[in-house]
Amino acid sequence: MTTTRWNRKDLLGLRELSADEINLVLDTADAFKQVGTREIKKVPALRGKTLVNFFVEPSTRTRTSFELAAVRLSADVINVSAATSSLSKGETLKDTAKILEANHVDIIVLRHSSAGAPQFLAERLRSSVINAGDGAHEHPTQGLLDTYTVREKKKRIEGLNVAIIGDILFSRVARSNIFALTKLGACVTLVGPSTLLPRDFEKLGVTISYDIDEVLPTADVVNLLRIQHERQRKEYFPGIGEYIRLFGLTKERAKLLKPDCLIMHPGPINRGVEIDSELADGNQSVILDQVTNGLAVRMAVLYLCGGIAA
Amino acid sequence: MSATIIRNGRIIDPVNGRDSVEDLFIVDGKIANQSAAKNQQSKSAEIDASGLIVAPGLIDMHVHLREPGFAHKETIASGARAAAAGGFTTVVCMPNTLPVADNPSTITWIRDRARDTASVRVLPTGAISKNLEGLELAPIASIVQSGVVAITDDGKCVQNHELMRRAVEYARMVGVPVLDHCQDYNLVGNGVVNEGEWSTLLGLSGWPAAGEEAMVMRNILLAELCDHRIHCQHISAAGSVRLIREARGRGVKISGEVCPHHIALTDAAIQNFDTNCKMNPPLRTQADIEAIIEGIADGTLTILCSDHAPHAAFEKEVEFDQAPFGIVGLETELGLFIDILVHKRKAISINRLIEMFTLEPAKLLKIDAGTLSTGVKADITLIDPKIEWTARTSESLSRNTPFNGWELKGRAVRTIVGGKTIWQL
Repeated sequence: MTTTRWNRKDLLGLRELSADEINLVLDTADAFKQVGTREIKKVPALRGKTLVNFFVEPSTRTRTSFELAAVRLSADVINVSAATSSLSKGETLKDTAKILEANHVDIIVLRHSSAGAPQFLAERLRSSVINAGDGAHEHPTQGLLDTYTVREKKKRIEGLNVAIIGDILFSRVARSNIFALTKLGACVTLVGPSTLLPRDFEKLGVTISYDIDEVLPTADVVNLLRIQHERQRKEYFPGIGEYIRLFGLTKERAKLLKPDCLIMHPGPINRGVEIDSELADGNQSVILDQVTNGLAVRMAVLYLCGGIAA
Repeated sequence: MSATIIRNGRIIDPVNGRDSVEDLFIVDGKIANQSAAKNQQSKSAEIDASGLIVAPGLIDMHVHLREPGFAHKETIASGARAAAAGGFTTVVCMPNTLPVADNPSTITWIRDRARDTASVRVLPTGAISKNLEGLELAPIASIVQSGVVAITDDGKCVQNHELMRRAVEYARMVGVPVLDHCQDYNLVGNGVVNEGEWSTLLGLSGWPAAGEEAMVMRNILLAELCDHRIHCQHISAAGSVRLIREARGRGVKISGEVCPHHIALTDAAIQNFDTNCKMNPPLRTQADIEAIIEGIADGTLTILCSDHAPHAAFEKEVEFDQAPFGIVGLETELGLFIDILVHKRKAISINRLIEMFTLEPAKLLKIDAGTLSTGVKADITLIDPKIEWTARTSESLSRNTPFNGWELKGRAVRTIVGGKTIWQL
């Protein structure tokens, strides 16, 4: 166990976290993972605290995961979505947040389509603010749960070759993964069409490749990102068919992988697009472990930040 | 009859090639010679300008005064007070009001309002296209007859090159320059910050420099084709400077202006999602700053201005990509430019800086301002180039600036319009 102390009321991104802080979250998640295997899956760590799941952008899996994590920590949980909040009536984010705080909410979990929205709230509120994904900026708990899953399966992070494949430009998952993995010493390679993988990413200490077949044979982990049709404009790539031809993890391509290479996906999966359907369910896939670990990691984050907030 | 003598100042009047420590005489609101002043019956008022520069009243040819339509951001009166506090006696206001200044009645309203409420001279511009939509020409000749000094769709950019070509040809006929906010909508898309390292890191949509450069190139080609002046507003990118330098070398009627934020800050300033660092065009890189300063030093870029763009606090205090573009600048621009260009970078002399705020915009817009010649209206700015002060914005109705609290060297200390002191430090 690390001796680092946690002193952040908010988790906004992984860029600002040290390697020790990341390890502290992962170690704390280890302890909470045990809780999930017990008959009574609940601990009193956040009893009496109130958490609001404030999802301005739609999400099912992340929201559910945070809600379960909060319930298992004995917090009281309210879910607010864009459609049910006053944001749809033109109220500003600042006013909505101030109203939540006036109701003595302890923790706000925010999903928002604008990069920086969680920081905006965190600077203005005494409550803890947890970023559950902000635009194309960061998705820190996803980065942590992915890192946790790799560490759990591979027993280490340092020196591993991790390939992140797909739509990097618009991906907050990619950014949070890059920050966590590089801080812990992994060698990260980004793979995707040049239009979705600008060269500026090299400044983050990663390697860029446009040739998946060259990257797969040495990879210890491949993390496939969802190709997001809804956020794509047609000029970024010609079509799904050509995407699959160049970057899809097909069964044929999977033969290039080392037998112990982990296949990861943050979901939701486009079966048959970024990954072959059978591979998603195959024995190299740790996609469901990611979900399970997500719960433990989010419990750890809520516990650590919830313990700091006034 | 009234007279004022400004004593012992260093008079810098670029139009007349004057730079000497002398007294300046004002009689009945006009610059006078010594004999006219001596013939005064009554006693003259005196202003001691020892250690100060006595410059022609400065001109800011790019401001947004927000009236009519957005008086919660700024009014013509409050914008004029901010101008005076920044050392400006003449400002040129952009037409993106509500209603848009694309018709004679709105322009007449702005001029009447300025006459009744503004302490400085306010010169309106008119729109190039109806409602700034870029689809059809505004009634440019009628607008010019109602008293604008230029046409521009500032804030917007006419994308249709054919429409722009006709606007430039038409403007040549009626004798006003065309000012253009250079932004290719396809290249820029929904970009909110410079496309580069920081946009990548923060996941914010990028606004590539090429989105400006493409339109600067377009304007060079059209200025050449139509043999008429196109002035590129708020240049932010190194490539734009190169293009303008090359074209001016060939005698093309193209010019460019610079705002202080584009040489004071890089896009690293956005790393905490500070919406007071969100402007259009966006803050760019150190290499762009170097190129712009080089362009100022070698005369490629001839005009300094603020792009004063007030927004209310509640409008700026929102998610970064939803915040409006722009910052206020009238009260801090002179200090920033003197501090950076004259003191820190030694890129130009104070004389050239004054020229870029007086002779250059007056020549471009063909307006009767920017000189201390005998007989002209006594619009005068007293500048202390060495005074150290802390930047602040206090007269504008808005506070959206990243520069409050900056320690600067040099500023205006007194502003005189028509012989009357309208502001002093």
